[in-house]
Amino acid sequence: MKHTLTVLVENKPGVLTRIAGLFARRGYNIESLAVGRTENPAISRMTIVVEGDDRVIEQVGKQLYKLIEVIKLTDITNDEHVDREMILIKVNADPAIRGEIMQIVEIFRARIVDIGRNSLIIEATGDEGKINAIESALRPFGIKEVVRTGKIAMARGAKSKNGRNQEAL
Amino acid sequence: MRLTGAQALIKFLEEENVKYIFGYPGGSVLALYDALLESSKITHVLVRQEQAAVHAASGYARVTGKPGVCIATSGPGATNLVTGLATAYMDSIPVVAITGQVSTDMVGTDAFQEVDITGITMPITKHNYLVKNVDDLPVIIKEAFHIASTGRPGPVLIDLPKNVAGKVFDYRPVAKVELQGYKPTYKGHPAQIKNLAGLLAQAERPLICSGGGVISSNAWEDLKELAEKVNAPVTTTLMGLGSFPEDHPLSLGMLGLHGTPYANYAVQNCDLLIGIGMRFDDRVTSAVNKFAPQAKVVHIDIDPAEIGKNVAADLPIVGDVKFVLNELLKRINPRRNDAWLEQIRAWKKSHPLAYGDNQSSLRPQYILQKLGELTKGKAIVTTDVGQHQMWTAQYYNFTKPRSFITSGGLGTMGYGLPAAVGAQLASPDSLVVAVTGDGSFQMNMGELGTATEQKLPLKILLLNNSHLCLVKQLQYFNSGKRYSGVCFTGNPDFVKLATSYPGAVGLRIEKPEDVEPVLIEALSNGKLTLIDCCISDEELVYPVVPNNGALDEMIYYPGGEK
Repeated sequence: MKHTLTVLVENKPGVLTRIAGLFARRGYNIESLAVGRTENPAISRMTIVVEGDDRVIEQVGKQLYKLIEVIKLTDITNDEHVDREMILIKVNADPAIRGEIMQIVEIFRARIVDIGRNSLIIEATGDEGKINAIESALRPFGIKEVVRTGKIAMARGAKSKNGRNQEAL
Repeated sequence: MRLTGAQALIKFLEEENVKYIFGYPGGSVLALYDALLESSKITHVLVRQEQAAVHAASGYARVTGKPGVCIATSGPGATNLVTGLATAYMDSIPVVAITGQVSTDMVGTDAFQEVDITGITMPITKHNYLVKNVDDLPVIIKEAFHIASTGRPGPVLIDLPKNVAGKVFDYRPVAKVELQGYKPTYKGHPAQIKNLAGLLAQAERPLICSGGGVISSNAWEDLKELAEKVNAPVTTTLMGLGSFPEDHPLSLGMLGLHGTPYANYAVQNCDLLIGIGMRFDDRVTSAVNKFAPQAKVVHIDIDPAEIGKNVAADLPIVGDVKFVLNELLKRINPRRNDAWLEQIRAWKKSHPLAYGDNQSSLRPQYILQKLGELTKGKAIVTTDVGQHQMWTAQYYNFTKPRSFITSGGLGTMGYGLPAAVGAQLASPDSLVVAVTGDGSFQMNMGELGTATEQKLPLKILLLNNSHLCLVKQLQYFNSGKRYSGVCFTGNPDFVKLATSYPGAVGLRIEKPEDVEPVLIEALSNGKLTLIDCCISDEELVYPVVPNNGALDEMIYYPGGEK
């Protein structure tokens, strides 16, 4: 099963290497990893999607906690949360079929962010399902290039995941 | 105080009461070695290869319980530390390693003797640092010692670029470490400890399995009190040897692949197994799905990641062994377990450790038994890795904590002699014996020079069969006796080798009747002494659990049953 972990780490050089190295050498599968700094510039948040059974996920959490720079880790898979991915798609678009593509873009509430002589770049955000759907809707026109960000996620409600009251994994 | 980075580092080490630094100089640690000259409190021990510097620091740490410190230069000096760091990491030994690095403006350019040692050692250190700015140095060294010696101990590496070491700055010692992401759990959960007291009150066949964590948390007295109070027999892992006196009636010696038969029978028949400060390594459990089939498993360890990793724990307790045992002792009542102890006595009688006749030929087991008798188990014994290591574990009879120093987790040949150097410096009045084989010894025998320089009266007990007999034994059981790559035909005369070092003595044991007089001479001469014991290459370590067998499926010494 896929788990979404949100991990607060110290914003120091080498942290990403430590985490990526840990996953590699212990044989855990990273589905996606997104990282950026939080409201506190000394702290970064990683959203890691990892595949594994409960035993594996438990070990992933414990091993991550052993890294000195990992401050806090929460498995939000079963919590109410919002998650988003972003995709940029460069798609073939002769002037004749642009209208059709623009309709699809409208339906998915995506945006056209660049226009070339025979192609368009489309930007969309949403959960994984929506992103997969727009990609397959555009595939028949001929996709030239795709860039996806990997998932970022945040728990719903007033409580902050940086707080001390949250239960650790 | 205006100091260079290097001077600040040495000053800090003095303030931490570091007495010895094991190291090897080089171009990018010149500033450190220069600063060392000004220190009257720290003695530098020059080794013969950097790997020995980590092993010596590790031996020092295991005797004193305090972090051992070593230095190497950048590039090859740093990479030579790798095996030693991995050894210390696997055995949770506090070591602080300082490496030189090329100047920060050269980092990343493939400069002469540049290597990314923080990248290389990430998986084999508890933490590591590259010091890019000298102002960060005070915090980093303080953190490094803190991380190495607290929680589950381990090695920490500080990579110090040449220009950072040379830069003058305003040094102010750091009073307190603040690490948001590092807060080890020391106190076990009270409810879980209460649950363990409940399990102990019900158990009829309890068994305690004591590991290296009992030693690193200085909890051997508490362990003994627990065992005696509830009359639970105690078996130890290789790393746990010495945590419970083997002359105690409740002692079962070591368990596992080459464990005592009665310890392994006890594991397979107990109804409550309490693993304390150990990690259920595969050499301990053998086939994990057949391990302790009748037992509820309680696992006490300071590292939460160890719990449930190999063996599922029915009752996990995360905490420092000493804290947890102290709390537990307040909550338990005496138990007798007569029938269980009777059963164990019967196993000890019917299946003792056995090796057969010791009078018609020279037997290694006999030599180690005699060594144990003559030193009354009070020496500090280091070993290398191989058959000799297992025979030492089986036959020496350890009664004192911090007296057995071996590479348990990584199984590093070449560990014993440098570790003995560190151990002897840590405890100058102790008798220190390095038990080794001809294979392991030749990996780091250059350290005879270090021992000579430091005037250390080490005893090197070399079990010499001109073969790598633990590998040969594996080939005997698993490769149909097809022996490949295990024979040495170019060994030196080790007695002559030893005596070529000024002041050192070389002795030889060839017959059973030599054992006692030669050992007595060696142990009492106060000199660096190598004892070359000419043993057979046909010896096998018994008992041995076959591949993927259960512990009670071990192969026993042929004809040894009573």
